[in-house]
Amino acid sequence: MDKRAAFRSWWLPSLFALPQIILILLFFYWPAVAVLRWAFTLEPPFGGAAEFVGFTNFQEVFADPLYWNSVGISLAFALCGTLATIFIGLVLALAVDRQLPGSAPFRFLYILPYAIAGPAAGMAFRFILSPERGLMASANAAFPDFWNPAKYGSHALILVIIVFAWKWAGYTFIFLLAGLQSVPRSLIEAAAMDGCGPIRRAVDIQIPLLAPTLFFLLVIMMTEGFVGADTYGIVARTTDGGPNHGTDVMVYRIVEEAFRGLNYSGASAQSLVLIGLIMIFTFIQFRFIERQVHYK
Amino acid sequence: MIQRTPFANALTYGVMIFGFLLLIGPFIVILAGASQTFQQVNAIPFSFVPQDRLFENMGAAWSRANLGTAMLNSFVMASLVTVGKVALSALTAFAIVFFRTPLKGFFFWMVFITLMLPLEVRVVPTYAVAADLFQPVRLLISTVTGLEVSVDWNLLNSYAGLTLPLIATATGTFLYRQFYLTLPDELAEAARMDGSGAIRFFIDMLLPLSRTNMLALTTIMFVYGWNQYLWPLLMVTDPQYKTTMMSLVALLPADNGTPDWNVTLAGSLIIMLPPLIVVAVLQRWFVRGLVATEK
Repeated sequence: MDKRAAFRSWWLPSLFALPQIILILLFFYWPAVAVLRWAFTLEPPFGGAAEFVGFTNFQEVFADPLYWNSVGISLAFALCGTLATIFIGLVLALAVDRQLPGSAPFRFLYILPYAIAGPAAGMAFRFILSPERGLMASANAAFPDFWNPAKYGSHALILVIIVFAWKWAGYTFIFLLAGLQSVPRSLIEAAAMDGCGPIRRAVDIQIPLLAPTLFFLLVIMMTEGFVGADTYGIVARTTDGGPNHGTDVMVYRIVEEAFRGLNYSGASAQSLVLIGLIMIFTFIQFRFIERQVHYK
Repeated sequence: MIQRTPFANALTYGVMIFGFLLLIGPFIVILAGASQTFQQVNAIPFSFVPQDRLFENMGAAWSRANLGTAMLNSFVMASLVTVGKVALSALTAFAIVFFRTPLKGFFFWMVFITLMLPLEVRVVPTYAVAADLFQPVRLLISTVTGLEVSVDWNLLNSYAGLTLPLIATATGTFLYRQFYLTLPDELAEAARMDGSGAIRFFIDMLLPLSRTNMLALTTIMFVYGWNQYLWPLLMVTDPQYKTTMMSLVALLPADNGTPDWNVTLAGSLIIMLPPLIVVAVLQRWFVRGLVATEK
């Protein structure tokens, strides 16, 4: 897309873009190249220049059962988190979109959890869903060992997924509500004239017409679940990756490996795998957005 | 629309109230817990009734985690990220949209690719760059001229280091670009006809027009900056530059100490409050910014 009346100058736009470009070069492209370099080299233990080792780092990473464990955990986390957030957001958006009297405050309130940082939310949920106090203590008193995220990996995974879904449900809600509002009113009215109740209209008209928004959210939330800033924060402050690697998502493992294990090469190789994954997601999203623009 | 649907209406209200309990319930638990005494907060079953000890607990949390410095640092960091982002992306988008130059496409793609890699996956080398900012420059000089130059500039434990890597992404640029593209071509034509140059056009016409966009970007960037966790955690070793997200650890009751969760919850409430206020008060702009940046 080009504008017709553009200014003609080559140095002025370069000057305008320069600060951003310098920052991006320094803090984006240079580190991205470094990831590439580190992934294929190894630092000798007693100093000296890094040696090129080909795919050894990748072989080492792929041979590690803990890595595959983290891939599985990440997949479960992203998939369950995504489905939960989209489901909650969709149901709430459908309810609020009916604009019954008194629904305005709900619309305001549902967005609030999105303001909370993942780690802060994680810490609060450590109390709220703790086995010894908070809401789950009564259940545990009645059925001992019913809920214990500090002991069972599966419970811990459920806990971090709950924190993720709590924070992001408001986000999907915003997008789905915006999507619902662009569904032509006349269509809904015609359906009502034909005797469709609200539930029928939701299932047969609104949800199918929301398909582009739903797909967009699916991609965004999957990316967020795999590499989002919150994913790291939530896991680090809620469960610390434990118990026994039960919530060891891929991002958490990369940071742990690099800064606690000081294995930059291994961490970079893992980063590269993750980057490939994001590229696939972004590509899908880009294709989809192109098509959406075309429809308009 | 007039249609009698008593069952569906009841269901709708039921869903909305259930959503309220699900999404706002945790806030109520945090508030209730934060205002209770040590015995009350550990009681089984948990009581949802807020008590009167909220400010005492907040005070205890404030001194335990040294929240004064942390809040100040977080505020400075969030503000710098916001200002940097709002200003730099306006400039870059202007260069991309309003000029006809061969470099345009190059700038666009260079910025676009940054959308792909979040900080989390390139955090290790970004840290290395921040620890030694002139490393790329030195490498360039030594390969071109063969000279070894030893200049050091280290961004660890500084506001520059906390904020600059976070500004180096594309989200804001695309928000402005979308907006600039919706402006009619006649606007720039008229400005040129009246003899205004590019800089004059930018300052006198574009900036006032993009006020709503700026406000939208400001709200989301402030929340983004305030909620940063991983980057400050790695960057900062000096307690003087601690941010609020890092003081969360200090708030947690010790493993074998007294489980005074009331103080912990009061502290996390203080930390949650600033972004919560921004989103609550400026919600219209926040939502607009959110929807616009993702498009």
